[in-house]
Amino acid sequence: MKAIIIDDEPLARSIIKEYLQAFPQVHIIAECGDGFEGIKSIMQHKPDVIFLDIQMPKINGFEMLELVEEPPAVIFATAFDEYAIKAFETHAIDYLLKPFSQERFGKAVEKFLAQSTNQQKHVTQSLVQSVTLMPSQSERIVVKTGGKIKIIMLPQILYLEAADDYVKIYTAEGAFLKNKTMGFYEQSLPASSFVRTHRSYIVNVQEITRIDPYEKEAHLAILKSGVKLPVSKAGYAKLKTALGL
Amino acid sequence: MPTSILKTSRFRIAFGSWLISWTALQFFILTKLGLASEVALYDSIISNFLLAGAAIVVAMSLQFYLPESNKYSYLLGLCIVLAIIWVSISRAMIVLLVQEGEEYSSFFSQSILIRGATGFLSIGCMALINVLWYTLQDQLETDKRKVEADRLSKEAELNNLRQQLQPHFLFNSLNSINALIGSQPQKARTMIEQLSDFLRGTLKKEQKEWTSLEEELQHLGLYLAIEKVRFGHRLSATISNEAAGAQLPVMLLQPIVENAIKFGLYDTTYDITIAIEAKKKDSYLIVQVTNPFDPETSLPGKGTGFGLSSVQRRLYLLFARQDLLQTTTNENVFTTTIKIPQP
Repeated sequence: MKAIIIDDEPLARSIIKEYLQAFPQVHIIAECGDGFEGIKSIMQHKPDVIFLDIQMPKINGFEMLELVEEPPAVIFATAFDEYAIKAFETHAIDYLLKPFSQERFGKAVEKFLAQSTNQQKHVTQSLVQSVTLMPSQSERIVVKTGGKIKIIMLPQILYLEAADDYVKIYTAEGAFLKNKTMGFYEQSLPASSFVRTHRSYIVNVQEITRIDPYEKEAHLAILKSGVKLPVSKAGYAKLKTALGL
Repeated sequence: MPTSILKTSRFRIAFGSWLISWTALQFFILTKLGLASEVALYDSIISNFLLAGAAIVVAMSLQFYLPESNKYSYLLGLCIVLAIIWVSISRAMIVLLVQEGEEYSSFFSQSILIRGATGFLSIGCMALINVLWYTLQDQLETDKRKVEADRLSKEAELNNLRQQLQPHFLFNSLNSINALIGSQPQKARTMIEQLSDFLRGTLKKEQKEWTSLEEELQHLGLYLAIEKVRFGHRLSATISNEAAGAQLPVMLLQPIVENAIKFGLYDTTYDITIAIEAKKKDSYLIVQVTNPFDPETSLPGKGTGFGLSSVQRRLYLLFARQDLLQTTTNENVFTTTIKIPQP
């Protein structure tokens, strides 16, 4: 069994290492101090399990998981995070509250060892799919482009476009793919600035300069960058509310 | 200003029906007394509508000026004056309208006492209703304010407590201590002492008090020392004090340093330095806190939430000035400068 510890505090990593000595079948193959290192290390080592802190610099534990193509089983360890804990409870995911005892830690590891590989992966995936509750995630979207990680602050987003199983996020610096659904972003982005104007589009209303009528009941939204996006009848109604018309 | 009773529909209905029935009654009595029906109609309509007008004047004046309890002579005077004015005006108007003015005038003189008395009673009644109404409104308003104030102060207290305890900081520190106990028990002991001193310092302080700069810096030193244990070599902190003997409100710098830690340490991945410099200039104590930050992912100063806005608010409450807290960014360095007028 291969394990990676990802936590920004060295002492927090050392206590996990210490407790893990009771499980000789679990080998620590890497230790990471932030989410960026974590992703690299997961890709490289393909661990069976990771011990993951939530609050870390730049990207939090959830955002990191989103960027990993096949996330391994996770045992979360957090000090105090109401949002994360709520998410764990809804998904019946085991988590450790710092500081935790050797016994409590042992139970979590035994529980993991008792599960089949498929079970373990399924739990992580269902969590990654649906966690929207973190306040930090309503300020930014973290994407991977090439080998690099890019943090997009919400005001930088021009619009989002549906692209099969992905969502294409357009910014002034180009477009980025993210494997989430339009429905997810329609719900999680602040409704005051992001409007689902069409089945395939969510627009940052700050970017709209003009709305022109176009064919029967449809409209066209013209963005500052000159891009023209279709607006459906329902989308037009939503847009009017968002703009206070 | 409380809502006027004139705006409530129940009062309007009662007032309207009172006016109509009073007019009808007066018309009936006057015709019984032998007045021509045309004259009786003029008389009852004009005197009662004018009386209604006087009643509204009383109601409106009470909306703006409610006499203190037991000072009702003003009210009595107002009612008498209005009754006299009402009698005189209605007499003049009716005499002008009816044909046999002389005859009517002498009839009016005969009934002047009873008219005056009715008018006074009606206006007085209106005045009393209004006094009761506004007193009740005042009472309700006061109760509502009290409930609201209680709720706010409880909320603030709770917030304050939560803020002081910083659960995230506290539990992570305990976790570090837990790790140290196994490997370096002596260091664990030191950290427990530092954490206890820090928490004691946080809890004992009252918001209003002033303290010496030395004491405040020592408290911040404890905080930074604990963070240093948590984050190891990543954090270095410098504290320089060139303003010995200066005074400042208790716990004023704490949120500023917390803010510096939040953006400088919690949100960066490299080694960082947080510097606190205190100096004196004119009659001010000037404290400057600098920390690095990542301009791409965080905008300190904007949307810092509780941290700096609470400092701003406290400075305003203490000195009634908005210019004592300033923040500047230079590339990836964030500087918070605070000026404290010395007593």
